[in-house]
Amino acid sequence: MTTLDEHTVRHVAKLARLKLSDEEVRAFQEQLTAIMDHFALLDEVDTTGVEPTAHALAIDNVLRDDVVQAPLPTEQTLRNTPARHGDHFQVPKVLNQESS
Amino acid sequence: MVDAQIAVRPIIGLEIHVQLLTRSKMFCGCPVRFDDPPNSLVCPVCMGLPGALPVINRRAVELTILTGLAFGGTIATHTKWDRKSYYYPDLPKNYQISQFDLPLVSNGHLDVDVGHGEHRVRIRRAHLEEDAGKNVHDVGGHTLVDLNRAGTPLLEIVTEPDLRSAEEACALCTGLHRLVTYLGVSEGNMKKGQMRFEPNVNVAIEHDGVEYRTPISEIKNLNSFRAARDAIDFEIDRQVAAWHEDHSYVLGSAPNENRGFDADRGVTEFQRDKEAAQDYRYFPDPDLVPVNVSDAMLNEIRQSLPELPDARTARWVKDHSLSVEDAATVVGHRATADLFDAVISAGGPPAIVIKQFVNVWLSHAKQRGVTIGDLGIDPERMAELAQIVADGTISKTAADRVAEIMLARNRFDAGTEDASDTVTPSVARTLPTTKANNAARCPSPLALAKELRLLQVRDTAATDVWIDEVFAANEQAVQDAMTNPKKRKAAAGFLRGQVMKKSQGKADPKLVGELIDKRLTGSA
Repeated sequence: MTTLDEHTVRHVAKLARLKLSDEEVRAFQEQLTAIMDHFALLDEVDTTGVEPTAHALAIDNVLRDDVVQAPLPTEQTLRNTPARHGDHFQVPKVLNQESS
Repeated sequence: MVDAQIAVRPIIGLEIHVQLLTRSKMFCGCPVRFDDPPNSLVCPVCMGLPGALPVINRRAVELTILTGLAFGGTIATHTKWDRKSYYYPDLPKNYQISQFDLPLVSNGHLDVDVGHGEHRVRIRRAHLEEDAGKNVHDVGGHTLVDLNRAGTPLLEIVTEPDLRSAEEACALCTGLHRLVTYLGVSEGNMKKGQMRFEPNVNVAIEHDGVEYRTPISEIKNLNSFRAARDAIDFEIDRQVAAWHEDHSYVLGSAPNENRGFDADRGVTEFQRDKEAAQDYRYFPDPDLVPVNVSDAMLNEIRQSLPELPDARTARWVKDHSLSVEDAATVVGHRATADLFDAVISAGGPPAIVIKQFVNVWLSHAKQRGVTIGDLGIDPERMAELAQIVADGTISKTAADRVAEIMLARNRFDAGTEDASDTVTPSVARTLPTTKANNAARCPSPLALAKELRLLQVRDTAATDVWIDEVFAANEQAVQDAMTNPKKRKAAAGFLRGQVMKKSQGKADPKLVGELIDKRLTGSA
């Protein structure tokens, strides 16, 4: 059994932008450990000689030609947004953005 | 600030984003355009709606491979696509599609030369990814999002930390810019953000026999060559100064940082401690299947690889005895370089053709905001103009005038000579460009020279008349040339120029010089 340490739980929470109480950290530590253990069952499979794969389907090279298609009308694009400002989506203020 | 006993060696690597020249986005058919109304180039795929399926743009893959071949990279036979966690609303899927462990291109190199010989910079990898949209900040306390740019294909090129100065880094950026625009894989328009730089900078400091290394700063999102150079220069000084305080600003003790550059103040500013790569939590994108590059595909792309600028320059220097400087002004733009080769093939004497390209055609093109090829002058006509200068039929000055008339009478005007100055590039491109059409309309430079009476005059009597007129109109200069040794050279040069001008370039400059010298010394 691998126990996820508290530090890892806090780190994962930080990456997911979640604020956890100490109590929650302990609860998630327990739950996440159980989940990790469940997946650890996969380690028991013998994968000697099996080539790693990144995809479940045995297909590749699904490519499209560089052809333009009509985008959505702007009204339709914005239809479901809870808040808009002109033709922009309006969202809560983004702080300290770092580019991709 | 920096004492004499320390030696500072900057260590710089670059991540460079290049917007690829495709019609449609990376994973959907939305058009790639700049400056359209917000959210007008968007579909369910690039706005990240659930259930929408991305499909890879073949052209973007081809352009990436072409670029990789051009810098000597290894093209992967098997690549895949990964999701990189992302938290901002300009990429609303919550991840960016990128390539993590199996990039399309690995290895390769580019050479930089900042005046002390060529230095090879290794390229670690180049991969394809999608751009984010744009967040407009601080509008009434909110952020506004425009997704037009979201999903635009980006080629990210990562170098090894082989660069040793801001100047070298800048040279790499400009060199790569030349390469991608030459290949036609990107428009490389800096104002539209089509090339963006992220330098990784730290310094090795040698002090009393000990080497210290400062933490690595990644300077985010620089969008000009100048910003790249200035940001790196600032960052080197900042890190050395920070180390100086108590020598504790070193890798391991202080964290690596992401920093932003404020171009107005010329400073980099702390943004955040850098997260390690695994914190992006890359994982394979289940929506996209792997791409396998076949030999056939690779060969086809390899065939389309043109002769690259460096090889072309070397050939021109060797075969046509051009100077590297002259060659450099023409070689960087592929269509212009192709045209130069065509003019030489058509019999143009290289030494004169290159001068006319640099001094005449290029300046006309610049005035009109187009390239030389857009001027629409046949290579054969350009060759002829160079020939008649070479054989002394007309002077260089007269050739300038002939060139002007060629342009005015050619397709650049739609009837009047003056129109040449008002035609815009977009109009010029829609005008007829077929050879037959040009040949019919492009006047022969020799015929024009005859018509305009610009053939060189080697007649002493005719030349004396021009000199008489110029001497009469410029008594002060004549006086200076004869009596004031300090001004003599300049005044005589001025008089020669005036005679050439008076003759409209027809006079033989050599003869003019002899006759003027004779008069000036004769009467002294």
